[in-house]
Formats: sequence, structure tokens, C-alpha cells
Amino acid sequence: MEIKKELNGTTLTVQIIGRLDASNAQELTNSLNASLDGVKELIFDFASLKYIASAGLRALLMAQKRMNKQGSMIIRHVDETVMEVLEMTGFADLMTIEK
Amino acid sequence: MEKLTIEAKVENLPVVTEFISSSLEEKACSLKIIMQMELVIEEIFVNVASYAYRPDVGLVTVYKEFSENPAEITVTFVDGGVEYNPLEHKDPDINADIDKRNIGGLGIFLIKKNVDDIFYERKDGKNILTFKKSF
Repeated sequence: MEIKKELNGTTLTVQIIGRLDASNAQELTNSLNASLDGVKELIFDFASLKYIASAGLRALLMAQKRMNKQGSMIIRHVDETVMEVLEMTGFADLMTIEK
Repeated sequence: MEKLTIEAKVENLPVVTEFISSSLEEKACSLKIIMQMELVIEEIFVNVASYAYRPDVGLVTVYKEFSENPAEITVTFVDGGVEYNPLEHKDPDINADIDKRNIGGLGIFLIKKNVDDIFYERKDGKNILTFKKSF
């Protein structure tokens, strides 16, 4: 997995490339924790995310809870396989997702 | 039946995943089925790696077997850790709102959702979890 972050004013765009699984979900959480101070809009770009497991969902839930307090969060360009997992677990209803 | 015995450590996840996916690829399984299997393998293996032998590290053996007509894979995980039947875990409320969402149990829920059949057995001091998936 590779994480690319771009901050524009108070909007942080985070691109996740590869697989978000138990071996690297903590890395994403740490990376977000280090960057979210003052961010009002968090945008995840999932165009290159091909796989997500429950550890990745945990990282997304933590991000969503934090952004509910300080602004908003959007997930964009979700791959079909990843979308299936988000729908199956009810996460699609908890989050703002733009395919 | 082929088997793989490996230390139950999260770092070994790619080896276990590859053990299953390589066979599915050979059998020209759809990408969708392969991804579902990788998800199931991850959730089961990470559970064993995280809890079975804590705080020590132990071994897990993974068996794979294929049948034809209908095309089906049977995978069995065997560990000698503490007795644990993941299927007894209560399903999470997937309709709860965000403040009430608890992440626990989500992995097991994903396992159940992505297999056709799954059963647990405790035998000779071992946890034996077997699932089947047709493709």
C-alpha cells in the first residue's frame, strides 16, 4: 500500500494505492492522525485501492468519527470489489461515497 | 489435499493468501471470487495470529482441496491455540449509526458473508475451522 496526501487549504486528499489490510491499516491511521489537525474536508481517493479487509474498515471508521467532529469526509472513485465490502458491512450507509 | 504449515503471524499473511489464490488463478476463477477468498483467508488468519497463542507465537496449518462438478474449494485452518469458535460471535448490527458502530465481529461477519458453508470443530486440543466456496 502507498499513501499519497495532498493538502489544499483545509482540504486533505488522501489517495490509497494497493491493498488496505491487516498488515498496513495501522500505517494509514498513523498517517491520518499526523495530518488531520485543522482539516475540515477529508477526501479519500480510492481509484487505485483494489482490496479492503476489516482492519481497513476500522481505519475508515476512526477517520469518519474524527471528521464528524471537525468537518466532513468523502470517499471517491470506489472500485467495485471495495464497494461490495462497504455495502456488505453497512459502511456505505455511514459514509459519503461517490463512485 | 495440499497443506501449508506456517507460524501464525500477521507478516505471514501474504504467504497464506498466495497458497490459496495461486490455485484459484490456475483454475481460472473470476477475480471477484479470488478477492472474496482473499478476504476470508485474511480474516481467519489474522484472527488466529492475533488471539490463538497470545502472547506467544504458534503454528497454523492450512489445507486446501478442490472438487469438480460443482467446482468447489474446501479450506481448513487448524491451530493448537486456546479454544475459540468464531462462529459463536454475535453478528454486528450493520444498521447501527456511527456512534454505536463497534468494529468487533466485523471480520467474522465478512467471513460468513463470503463463504457457502462454514463449520467449527474442537478436536484433540485443536481449533478446526473449515469452509467451502463454489466457483
